[in-house]
Amino acid sequence: MPVYSLNINGKIQKVDADSDTPLLWVLRDNLRLLGTKFGCGVGSCGACTIHMNGNATRACLMTVSSIGTAKITTIEGLSAKGDHPLQLAWDEVDVPQCGYCQTGQIMTAAAFLKKNPKPTLEQVETAMNGNLCRCAAYHRIREAVLAASQKTK
Amino acid sequence: MEHTLHQERRDFLRKVSLSAGGLLLGFTLFEDLAAQTGKGHVIEGVRHDFNSYLSIAADGSITIASPNPELGQNIKTSFAMIVADELDADWSKVTVVQAPLDNSKFDRQLTGGSGAVPHSWKRLRTAGATARQMLIAAAASTWNVPASACTAENGYVIHKESGKKAGYGELVAIAAKMNVPTDVPLKNHKDFKLIGKPIRNVENKNIVVGKPLFGLDFYRDGMVYAVVQRPPAFGSKIKSVDDKAARAVKGVSDVVRFGNNVAVVASSTWAAMKGRKALEINYEPDKALESSSDHADIFSKLMDSPNARMQRKEGDVNAAFKGAAKVIKREYECPFVPHNPIEPMNFFADVRPDKVELIGPTQTPGSGRKAVADLLKIPENKITVDITRLGGGFGRRLKFDYVVEAAEISSIIKKPVKVIWSREDDMGGGSYRPAVRYRFEAALDANNNLIGYKLRGVGINAGNATRENNFPSGSVDNLLIESLDHNSPITTGAWRAPITNFLAYAEQAFLDEVAEAMGKDPMQMRLDLLQKARTNPAGPVRYDIDRMETVIKTVADKSQWGKKPGTSQGMSIYFSHASYVGQVCDVVMQDGKPVIKKITSVADCGVVVNSSGAQQQVMGGILDGMGTAMYGKLSFNAGEPEQKNFNVYRHIRMKGIPEVEAHFIDNGKDPTGLGEPALPPAGGAVANAIYKATGKRMYRQPFIEQEPFKTAE
Repeated sequence: MPVYSLNINGKIQKVDADSDTPLLWVLRDNLRLLGTKFGCGVGSCGACTIHMNGNATRACLMTVSSIGTAKITTIEGLSAKGDHPLQLAWDEVDVPQCGYCQTGQIMTAAAFLKKNPKPTLEQVETAMNGNLCRCAAYHRIREAVLAASQKTK
Repeated sequence: MEHTLHQERRDFLRKVSLSAGGLLLGFTLFEDLAAQTGKGHVIEGVRHDFNSYLSIAADGSITIASPNPELGQNIKTSFAMIVADELDADWSKVTVVQAPLDNSKFDRQLTGGSGAVPHSWKRLRTAGATARQMLIAAAASTWNVPASACTAENGYVIHKESGKKAGYGELVAIAAKMNVPTDVPLKNHKDFKLIGKPIRNVENKNIVVGKPLFGLDFYRDGMVYAVVQRPPAFGSKIKSVDDKAARAVKGVSDVVRFGNNVAVVASSTWAAMKGRKALEINYEPDKALESSSDHADIFSKLMDSPNARMQRKEGDVNAAFKGAAKVIKREYECPFVPHNPIEPMNFFADVRPDKVELIGPTQTPGSGRKAVADLLKIPENKITVDITRLGGGFGRRLKFDYVVEAAEISSIIKKPVKVIWSREDDMGGGSYRPAVRYRFEAALDANNNLIGYKLRGVGINAGNATRENNFPSGSVDNLLIESLDHNSPITTGAWRAPITNFLAYAEQAFLDEVAEAMGKDPMQMRLDLLQKARTNPAGPVRYDIDRMETVIKTVADKSQWGKKPGTSQGMSIYFSHASYVGQVCDVVMQDGKPVIKKITSVADCGVVVNSSGAQQQVMGGILDGMGTAMYGKLSFNAGEPEQKNFNVYRHIRMKGIPEVEAHFIDNGKDPTGLGEPALPPAGGAVANAIYKATGKRMYRQPFIEQEPFKTAE
C-alpha cells in the first residue's frame, strides 16, 4: 500500500492506505482521530467536516491521494484545550443533545467565522445549512455561532 | 413533605463498604431486580445487585451511575440532578458515569416511551435524601449534637449553633458504618436547588472536542471490521453469491454468509466497504415485493374490509350518523419514514467459547443480550453489554438486529469484530415508522353538537394504528374506533412517539375541520368537548381533563391566539406518553407562499427536571415533528426503498426554521416524559395554520408534495 505523508493538526503523519481511501476513514481507522464522524459518506450531512487549508471540507469526499501537502485540521486540532470560542459557546448555550454531529457543526462554523467574523443570522443559517442535526438543535447551534461571533475580536 | 414508602425503600437501597473508604449506596431503579439477589457484577471491586449507585469518596467527589442509555434525551444529566438535589451536593463535584448492563435481569434499562424519569423520580430522590441523612447523622455523632440541629448545604453538613462545618468527604468514613435509615423525608419542591434549573449537559466538554464517546468510536487492537450486504428489497432472498472479486480486495480477510446476509470482513472499514461493493449476489423473491402503489391499494381494501378490529365502542354510532344533520368524512395518509439517527448502526462483539463481550449503542441492552444468548446458546450471565453514548436513536436502537449480527459474525470468524452500517444500509435496513391511512367521520346534530365519531386506522405492520382512549374519546356519546393491519415483509418499529407521531396530526387536522363545520373556534370546540367529558362522560376518560384544559387555555394566551392580524394560526392539543402538549403555529404569506414563522408550545410534563434540557426536547421534538410532516417520505419500488441517503431523503435543516417558544405548566406534579410528547402535536398545528393561510387542507404527509407547496416549489 502506498504511504502518504499528511499534514494533520500541524504534524506530519505517515499513513499506509489505498489511494482511494476517503480521508474520513484514514483519520478514524489509521490515526484514531475519532472526533471526525461518519454520517452519510456522500457529503450530505456534514458530520465529517474538517478544515483543508482553512476551508470547511467533507472528509468523506476527499481521497487520501488527493490531499498532497494540504493542511488538514480536525476537531482535535481546532484548539489546544477545547477553548475555541465556538467550543466554549457550545457549552454555554448548552447545544448538544445526542452530540454526534456537533464536531462537524463546530468545524463548519469555525471556517465560516474566520471568513465572516460578524455574520447576520441569515448568513449563519446559509453557512450551516449543510450540517444535519437529527436532534434538530438548530436554534441553539445558531445562537452559539452568533454568541461566538460576538466574542471574537 | 413527601415520604417514600417503607417497603419500596427497603427493597431498593443497599449500602456497600468500599475498601478505598467512602460511602456507596446502591439502588435499584427497576422493580423486578429486587428478587434477583445473589447475582450481580463487579464495579470497583464490589459485587452488587443494583443497577445504579451513588458513591461519595473521601475527597468529596461524588459519582452517580446512570443506568439508562443516553441518546440525546439528556437523561445522564437529569438523573444526576435529581439525586444531587436531594443530597444537597456541590454540583461541580458530581461526575456521572454510564452504568453497564447489569448481569441480573431487569426490564427498564432501556430508553424509550419517555419513561425513564417518571419511573425513577422517587427512587432517585430517596437515594440522595438517604445519603444526605446518613452524612448529617455522621456529623452529629462526631460533634455530639442532635442531628436535627444540623443542616446540609452544597456538599457540607453545618451545625449553625457552634459554627461547625464538615465536607461530605470528611464524613463518609463514619457514614459508611451507619445503618441505612428508613422513611427518609424528601424535600419540598420549593427547596429544590438544581431541579428546575438550566443545568448544562454533563458531557458538553467531551462532545465539543470530539472525545470518542459513541459506539462507532469504539476501537480495540486486533479487531476487524465488517460490512454486511443484506437483501436490498424486503421480500427477497439470496439465490447465489460470487465472492471471488470481494475476496481479492486488498485488506479483505473473510467473506461469510449467514442467512440472507453476506458479511465482508477486512482490516479497515474502507476495505470492507470496497469488498462489499465487489460482491456479486443474485436475489430472488421470497415474499411479495411491495411498491408504494400496492400500499395505496391495500389501504383502500382495508378501509372497506368488514373485518376490522374494534378498539373502542360507545353508544350507537349507526343511529347517530343516520340521524345526523351534517356528516364530515375525511381520510389522511402518512408514508413510511426511517429513523435516520445520525450515527449509523454499529456494534462491537467479541465472542469467545466461555464469554461474550458486546459494546455499542443500544436502547435495549437487555433484549439484545437475550437474543445473542439464544442465538449462540450461551447463558446470559456469560455475556456482558457495555453501553456507549448513542448518536441518536428515535426508536431505531430499540431493535437489536445489528447487535445480534455483530455477535454472529464474531462467532463465525472467531475474532473481535466491529460491524458498521453505511447510511444506505441504515436507511434501507427497515424498522421504519409504518405507513398508515386514517378515516375519520363526525356526525353533527342540527345544533352542531358532535353526536357521533368514527375512526378507522389501517396500517402496514402498524399493529393498532389508533389510540382509542385518547381525546376525544370520553366526550362523544356515540363512538367507534377500529383498526386493521396489513402484514408486510417491510419491517417496522417504534419511531419517536410511536403511532401518535402521525395519528395526532390526522386527528388534530380533522378536529379543526369539525370545529369549522360547527362554526366554532377550534380552542373553544375542544374546551366544550372537555366540559362534556367532565359533566357527562361517554365511557372511561383516560386523560386528565383539568390538565388538558389548562394547557389549551395557556397556549391560547401565550400564542396570542386570534389576536395577531396578518398571521394565520393553527392549533393542536395532544396527550401522549403521559404529558399534555398544546401548540399554536403562526403562518404568514410571503410572495404568495405560506411561511411557518413561529410555533408556540405549552407542555404539562409535571415538574421540569432540567429547564435547559426540557427546552431542547421541546424545540427539537417540534422541529422533528414539523420536518417529518413537511418532508418525510420513504417510498418503495418492488420491495426496495427509493431513498437511501440524505441527498435524496429530506430532513429539516437550519435554513428557515420557525421561532419556537416553549412554555411549561408549573403544577408540581411528578414528572412525566418529555422525549416524545412535544413531537406529535406539531404536524397538526402546522397543517391547520397552512389551511388558515391558504385554504388548503393537508390530507397527506409529506405536505411538500401537496398544494400549495407543490405548485409553489
